[in-house]
Amino acid sequence: MVKVGSVDPTPLRADLVIEYPFTRTTGPVVGAFMTGLRDGRIVGSRRADGRVFVPPAEVDPETGDAIVDMVEVSSAGVVETWTWVDPPRPGSPWEAPHGLALIRMDGADTPMLHGVLVDSVADMATGMRVEAVWRDERVGHITDLVGFAPEGTDAIVELAAGEAASAVSTEVAGEPVRSIRTPIRLEYDFIPSAAAQEYLRAYADKRILGNRSPVDGAVFVPPRGVDPRHGVEATEMVDLADTGHVGNFCVTHLPIPGRSDLPTPYVSAWIHLDGADIGFLGLVSGCDLDDVRIGMRVRAVWKPDDELGATAENVRYWEPTGEPDVPVEQAGNQAWSAKESPDA
Amino acid sequence: MGTLGERTAVLGVGQTKYQSTRGDVSIAGLVREAGLRALEDAACTWADIDAVVIGKAPDFFEGLMMPELFLADALGCVGKPILRVHTAGSVGGSTALVAASLIQGRIHRRVLTIGFEKQSESNATWALSLPQPFSVSINAGAGGYFSPIIRRYMARSGAPELIGCMVAFKDRQQALRNPYAHLHQADLTFDQVVEAPMLWDPIRFSETCPSSDGACAMVLGDEAAGDAAEGPVAWVHGTAMRSEANNFPGRDEVSPQASRDCAAEVFDKAGITDPRSEIDVVEMYVPFSWYEPMWLESLGFAERDHGWRMVEDGSTNLDGGDLPVNCSGGVLSSNPIGASGMIRFAEAALQVRGMAGNHQVEGARRAFGHAYGGGAQYFAMWVVGADKP
Repeated sequence: MVKVGSVDPTPLRADLVIEYPFTRTTGPVVGAFMTGLRDGRIVGSRRADGRVFVPPAEVDPETGDAIVDMVEVSSAGVVETWTWVDPPRPGSPWEAPHGLALIRMDGADTPMLHGVLVDSVADMATGMRVEAVWRDERVGHITDLVGFAPEGTDAIVELAAGEAASAVSTEVAGEPVRSIRTPIRLEYDFIPSAAAQEYLRAYADKRILGNRSPVDGAVFVPPRGVDPRHGVEATEMVDLADTGHVGNFCVTHLPIPGRSDLPTPYVSAWIHLDGADIGFLGLVSGCDLDDVRIGMRVRAVWKPDDELGATAENVRYWEPTGEPDVPVEQAGNQAWSAKESPDA
Repeated sequence: MGTLGERTAVLGVGQTKYQSTRGDVSIAGLVREAGLRALEDAACTWADIDAVVIGKAPDFFEGLMMPELFLADALGCVGKPILRVHTAGSVGGSTALVAASLIQGRIHRRVLTIGFEKQSESNATWALSLPQPFSVSINAGAGGYFSPIIRRYMARSGAPELIGCMVAFKDRQQALRNPYAHLHQADLTFDQVVEAPMLWDPIRFSETCPSSDGACAMVLGDEAAGDAAEGPVAWVHGTAMRSEANNFPGRDEVSPQASRDCAAEVFDKAGITDPRSEIDVVEMYVPFSWYEPMWLESLGFAERDHGWRMVEDGSTNLDGGDLPVNCSGGVLSSNPIGASGMIRFAEAALQVRGMAGNHQVEGARRAFGHAYGGGAQYFAMWVVGADKP
C-alpha cells in the first residue's frame, strides 16, 4: 500500500497539443469583406441611417435588422487609439515589434483592429494617418492586409514567415469568398494529478494501483484521490492484479483520429480488474474478434521490460486467460450491484 | 403535483432545413434564420423579447467559444440579457428549460431560446477522441462509447438482433414526412439498413445519426402571452433536469438513475401516472437506434427489458402506433448536435399545437420532449399539452 502525497518532487508532465483546421462559412456580408480583401479593396456594410461598419456587421445592433448594403471605403484612415506590441506573440502575423491600432477608414463610422508597421513606439500617435499595405498574393483573408503604414511612406515590409496563405484559404479562383479556415491550436503543459502520478509511476514496475473509498471500500482505477460519489478524499492506494474480465466491449471498424497505427477492426473493452469496482478502457487482442465476450477473463500483456515507462501504455493489450467466464449478469458494473453497497 | 410557477406557453417555433452543409450562411445568419421564423410563428418582433437563452455543442466540436458574445447582435439581443447553457448533447433541451425557468420564475414575460450547430465546419468524432498523455488512446467517438452499453442492453433484454434496424428504418420513413429533416431517403429499404456496414459493432452505419448544420428556436411566453396568442400554443405541463457521473461502481449505464429520476419528476409535475396511456406522442433523443427501446424502458413507457417489443409490434410507428416516437424522423434523421435536444422539445410543442404537418399525430393533446448528453449523464425533459395545466 502506498499513500498519495509521497509524490516525486519532479512531477510527470507532457506536452499536449490540440489543434484542428476548423472552417467558417462567411455568409454574404463577411464574404463580401473577404472577397474585397482578395481584390485589394476594403468593404463595409451600410445601415439604413447611412452609417458604415468596417469590418461589416451582418446585423444592425440597435434595430436587429439585417444589413445587406455593401459599400467600398478608402484604404486609408486614421488611428483612433493604439498600443505597442513588443515582442509579438508566437503565431502573430508580425515578427517585429509593431503598433496595434483601431483604425477608422475614410468613409467608415467604426474602427477596425490591425497592425501599424512603424519602427518604434515613438512613431505611433493617436490621430496619425495610415494607409493599407497589401500582400501581392491575396487569398481572401484578413492577412491579405500586411498592415497599415504612415501615409506616404511607401513602407517596405518584411513579411513574417508565418503560416502560408494556403493554410487559411478555401478559395476557388475568381469566385466570391464563401468560407475561410480558422486553424485553432491549444498547447497545454499536461501534469497528471497527485493520485495519477502515483498510478503512472507504479506502471513502470508493472503494478496497477487502485484507490479505495473510505466510505464503503469501493476501489477506483485509475485512482482519483477522491471518491467522487461522496465528495471525500481517498488516500488509500491498493495493488491490483493484472487480471480481470471484460465488462463490456465495442468492435470498432473505423480508424481513430491520431491512431493510424491501430489496425481495424479492433476491440476496445471495459476491463474490470480483479479487486476493482469500476472498469477502464483497454484493447483486447490475442484471440479471434468473434470470441470476445462479456465476462471473458483476461490478463495484461506487458511491453518488454526495457520499454517500460511511467505510463498506462505499458499494457500493450489484454488477452484471454482461458479461465471460465464471469456470468454476464455479474460482469462489469453489475459486479458491484451484487455487493449491495452498505449506504445504497 | 410539483410546483411549476408561472404558467408557460410555447408561442412560436422556428427551424432551419437541416442539411449536411449550409454553405450560404454564417453561424450568425443560421441562428437568425431560426430565430426570425420563431418570432414570425409567435407573431412577435425582436422588441417583444425580454431575454435570449442560447445553447450549442461543446466548444471543441466546432472550435467556437462564447456564442453569447458574438451572436447577441444577430438575435436582436443588444441591451438585453443573454445566457449560454452547456450540457453536452442534451444542451438543446436544457437550454429550453433554462428559458422556461425564466418565465416560470416570473423574471421575464417572453424569452427566445435557440440551439444550433454547423457540423460542416468541424468534426465531432475528432473532438470526442482527443488523446490524453500517459493513456491508451482508443476512444472512438460517441459510437465507441455507446456501443458497449447497447451490447449490454441486448444481452440483458434478449432483444432480437434487428430491433435497432427497425427503429432506424421507421425514423427514416417518418423523416420523409418532415420537410425540415436532413435525411430524405425515399428509396431506402429495410434490407439496406440491415446490410449497412458495422461501424461500432453492434452499431451499423445505418443506425447512426447524420452530421447536420441547423438551428432551432422557440419563443416562450407567460400565461398572459399564451392567452393573448391568436393561434394555438403549447402549454408546459412539466419540466425536469438531472445529471450523474459517467463511471462509478454499480452504475446502471443502460438506464441511468438520473434518467429514471428525471422522468419520475417530470411526470409527477405533469400529473401523469401512466405515461404509456397519458402521453400521445414522444420526441426522444435517439442518436443510435437502440436507444429507442432503451429509453422507452428507462422513462417508464415500457417494463424493463420489454421496450424492444414496442418497436417490434409497431407501437412507436407514426402510422398505427399507440405511442408514436420521433415522428419528425428524430436525431437519426437530423443531427445539428447543439440544436438536436431543442428540436425534440419544439417538435413536441408542434404536435400539441396541431402544427406538425404531414407528421402530425391526429388529436395529440400531450407530448413528451427528451434530450440526453455526455456519457448518458445529462437529462432534460418536458411535457407539453394543448390545454392549460
